[in-house]
Amino acid sequence: MKLSAFLVLSFFCLALPARAELALEFTTEGVRQIPLAVLPLAHEEVVTQSLTPVVAADLQRSGLFRTVDAGGLIPVPAEPAQVHLADWRARKAEHVLGGSVAKLADGRLDVHYWLLDAVTEKVRLTRSVTINANQLRLTAHQIADAVYENLTGEKGVFSTKIAYVVKGGGKYMLKVADADAYNEQTVLSSREPIISPRWSPDGRRMAYVSFELNRPSVVVQNLATGDRKTVANFRGNNSAPSWSPDGSQLAVTLSRDGIAQIYVIEASGTGIPRRVMSTRAIDTEACFTPDGRSLLFTSDRGGSPQVYRVPVEGGNAQRLTFSGSYNVSPRISPDGHKITFVQQNGSTFRVMLQDLDSGQTQTLTDTQLDESPSFSPNGRMILYATRVGGRGVLALVSADGRVRQRFTTQAGDVYEPAWGPLP
Amino acid sequence: MRNNLILTALATAVLAACSSTPTKTEPVKVEEVKVQTPAPVAKVTPPPVPAPVAAPVEKIAPAKPLDEAKVENGGFPPKGVAGALGQRTIYYAFDTFSVSDEYKPVAEAHGGFLGKHAKAKATVQGNCDERGSREYNLALGMRRAEAAKSLMTLSGASAEQIEAVSFGKEKPVDAGHDDAAWAKNRRVDIVYQGE
Repeated sequence: MKLSAFLVLSFFCLALPARAELALEFTTEGVRQIPLAVLPLAHEEVVTQSLTPVVAADLQRSGLFRTVDAGGLIPVPAEPAQVHLADWRARKAEHVLGGSVAKLADGRLDVHYWLLDAVTEKVRLTRSVTINANQLRLTAHQIADAVYENLTGEKGVFSTKIAYVVKGGGKYMLKVADADAYNEQTVLSSREPIISPRWSPDGRRMAYVSFELNRPSVVVQNLATGDRKTVANFRGNNSAPSWSPDGSQLAVTLSRDGIAQIYVIEASGTGIPRRVMSTRAIDTEACFTPDGRSLLFTSDRGGSPQVYRVPVEGGNAQRLTFSGSYNVSPRISPDGHKITFVQQNGSTFRVMLQDLDSGQTQTLTDTQLDESPSFSPNGRMILYATRVGGRGVLALVSADGRVRQRFTTQAGDVYEPAWGPLP
Repeated sequence: MRNNLILTALATAVLAACSSTPTKTEPVKVEEVKVQTPAPVAKVTPPPVPAPVAAPVEKIAPAKPLDEAKVENGGFPPKGVAGALGQRTIYYAFDTFSVSDEYKPVAEAHGGFLGKHAKAKATVQGNCDERGSREYNLALGMRRAEAAKSLMTLSGASAEQIEAVSFGKEKPVDAGHDDAAWAKNRRVDIVYQGE
């Protein structure tokens, strides 16, 4: 098969209150990109933040869309009937997204949008929402989600959030941001390390490991109120939280009995921890499967760290990884059919994907020191941490390895990313 | 602070600066983009084992009898005291967890001290170098701390006097990214309560 690379480059003038440049790049191999014209919204100038550049950037970032130039459009169509589809077909667009925005007397905004099939000339989607003026970016992400789902049949993840840790200036900050890294907010700032943030399934709470109590302990924080509760602070280490799919329990690693072992605790921190297995080896980095019945975990019981699966009530563990002598940090895809983990190969640590049905594995990244991969809620992308130029950065790779992107930072080290659930 | 993260391209890019953006613009990174076929099956290559790097301190003298008057509040030995008791750090070779012969006197000296001072309490803090998973390193550091604790209890300390914890790779003493830095970071620190 002949490989081809498309390099698509887009520049957006983001007239945003929160200024940032968004530039993007991806490589694709044989991926068909849907050519889409994203028209400006009629009367888009009434809003402080243009929506359509955000929509276009989201869709392009997925690697599945190619935006067709829609510049110089006068007048801007407000309704599908005003679109000259023959023109867009001539520009090789297969679909056209357009709409309008209107300011209401109370300051709120009416946003109306529609998606046309340029070939069949049918309206594929039409929707109207009334929003507050501070919801423009969120609305743009929701429009991108609607278009993505309509044209690919999969859920979009543009209106999800990500969490990560920033280390800099002698501080460790747990941050939450939109999936495109805008609207960054600090969840916790500490002089002590923070690792392993994990979103609760409803996205309202965050479990993480804090070193504030002079030992690693597991904290659950309510993101809306900021209320924090230490849910595991036993003698020794308390770490590696993973939420059960119903959000009621956490799998954690405790070393109260000497070596790191996996326990299940109530997410409220009440009750007595239940030890899942008793081994004389390191068992850690548990991750619930989507059905809540099993845990994936890392163990060196076989002499080197490998990924295993065990029923959540305990019992026989099944080894899942066999190639390489260092396979760690497993996470399972939302459909339960694939796992991602980090494999060491000489001096490199790279993100891997393994199909649980066929056992086939694939190296997804070409970076050197990868850590902490996590699936997007639709399973299509994997967010991970790596090092570039001596600094910790976040990166994205599609689960088929074909689309790669990187978040770069202005300062500090960024690591321990975690992708939040669908809203 | 917003937008500390910027989604950037590693692209064959021409900088497109927004004329309306008053902030300083960073040039878009220009990098070669390699297109590679995702390998269908990972190659099985065992990682080479790096040569162990010598621990970064000289030979440790055995512990000398301690002047009890110098023991502060019966809680901890004074820092800088001669011999093994003045040494608070045990270093480890790559991928090892047991206390080497070189550092056994340190663990034994502190174990002996705790045995003689029942009120004293200590934390042994395991640490790792920066390579690999943070959580797995946390567990590895715990193994180092447990090995040190075990040797200390054999030398007279009671298990209740010592808490073994690990900071994994989160608290390096040397921020470097080479063998010398890693050797300094693979360590157990003995910290007394009340110090």
